[in-house]
Amino acid sequence: MTKRSILVIFSLIIMMIGFLLPGSRPAVAQNPQPTPSDNEVNRVAKQMYCPVCENIPLDVCPTQACADWRELIRQKLTEGWTDQQIKVYFAQQYGDRVLAEPPASGLNWLVYIMPWVAFLIGVVIVWRVIVSMRRKASTTAPTRSPDVVEARGGDDPYLRELEEELKNKE
Amino acid sequence: MTDTMNVETTAAQPRRLPVWVIILAFVLLVGFLVLIAWGLNRSMRGAISVGDTVPGFTMTTFDGQPVDTSEYAGKVILVNFWASWCKPCEQEARELEEAYQHYKDSGDVVFIGLTYVDTEPNSLAYLKKFGITYPNGPDLATKVSQIFRVRGVPETFIIDRAGRLAYFKAGPFTSTEEIVGIVEGILNK
Repeated sequence: MTKRSILVIFSLIIMMIGFLLPGSRPAVAQNPQPTPSDNEVNRVAKQMYCPVCENIPLDVCPTQACADWRELIRQKLTEGWTDQQIKVYFAQQYGDRVLAEPPASGLNWLVYIMPWVAFLIGVVIVWRVIVSMRRKASTTAPTRSPDVVEARGGDDPYLRELEEELKNKE
Repeated sequence: MTDTMNVETTAAQPRRLPVWVIILAFVLLVGFLVLIAWGLNRSMRGAISVGDTVPGFTMTTFDGQPVDTSEYAGKVILVNFWASWCKPCEQEARELEEAYQHYKDSGDVVFIGLTYVDTEPNSLAYLKKFGITYPNGPDLATKVSQIFRVRGVPETFIIDRAGRLAYFKAGPFTSTEEIVGIVEGILNK
């Protein structure tokens, strides 16, 4: 093998290694994002609601308006938008009412706060009821009064007479 | 001998809530009820009525031109809500454009089109398909349709020179003559 052919083979090997290394390949025209599947579109769509029909999530809504919206979601996903960016865009275009979860701002805060407030109030009420029931149970339970012993032969004439008879027998 | 059992009959006094807690609870309850009533009242209100003063509104057309109705004082304003997915809207699209062309040079009548929960690419395709040239734009966040309390599309509102609602139609116009006839009646008032 000549020196020249060795050089050619060595150059070819270097070129092959260089081609196989990631990032070193020549730029090839390709689609930056593959077309999103229906499942990917519905993942975003189920976080929104139909704008023209009542309480129907966008992913299962059969109207043409919803089909158009799902197509718009597909287009945005193809452009590389995130779920959050798409939701913000839809809220800006069509209002917060299209979102399944309203943003935590303004009066919408009530949606997030009220369940917890109601829960806490419920816990307090239950706690107070349990405490009052336990207190009532302990105060109404039959107890042996400490002056029972004193009452023996004290206030009760029958017992007093009995005690005296016992003493006399002794 | 049986032990004498003594039962205490003096029940413990129930602890009462502090007054401020009771007042706070009532205030919260009343506030919550007022909020619900306000929301219900708002959602149950019907369409804006003929004779009502229409609040001014702004919009931006698809080609970026701002539109402010307060600048059209003394003119008749026709506001049409439509959507590309709405088949009945297609029935009146060309008629509205023809009516606009009829009044375009007079300057007495302003035509405004607003898309109702539509996507921009479809809206633009619709405008191109029907050759619509009067100002059209999206109703961002449905703010304008909430002013008019739009229930569906197409809906058309015509505001007289004094800024009051003079005419309302839910559904499509059937002819250009119908639109022109109504606008003429409002212009001649």
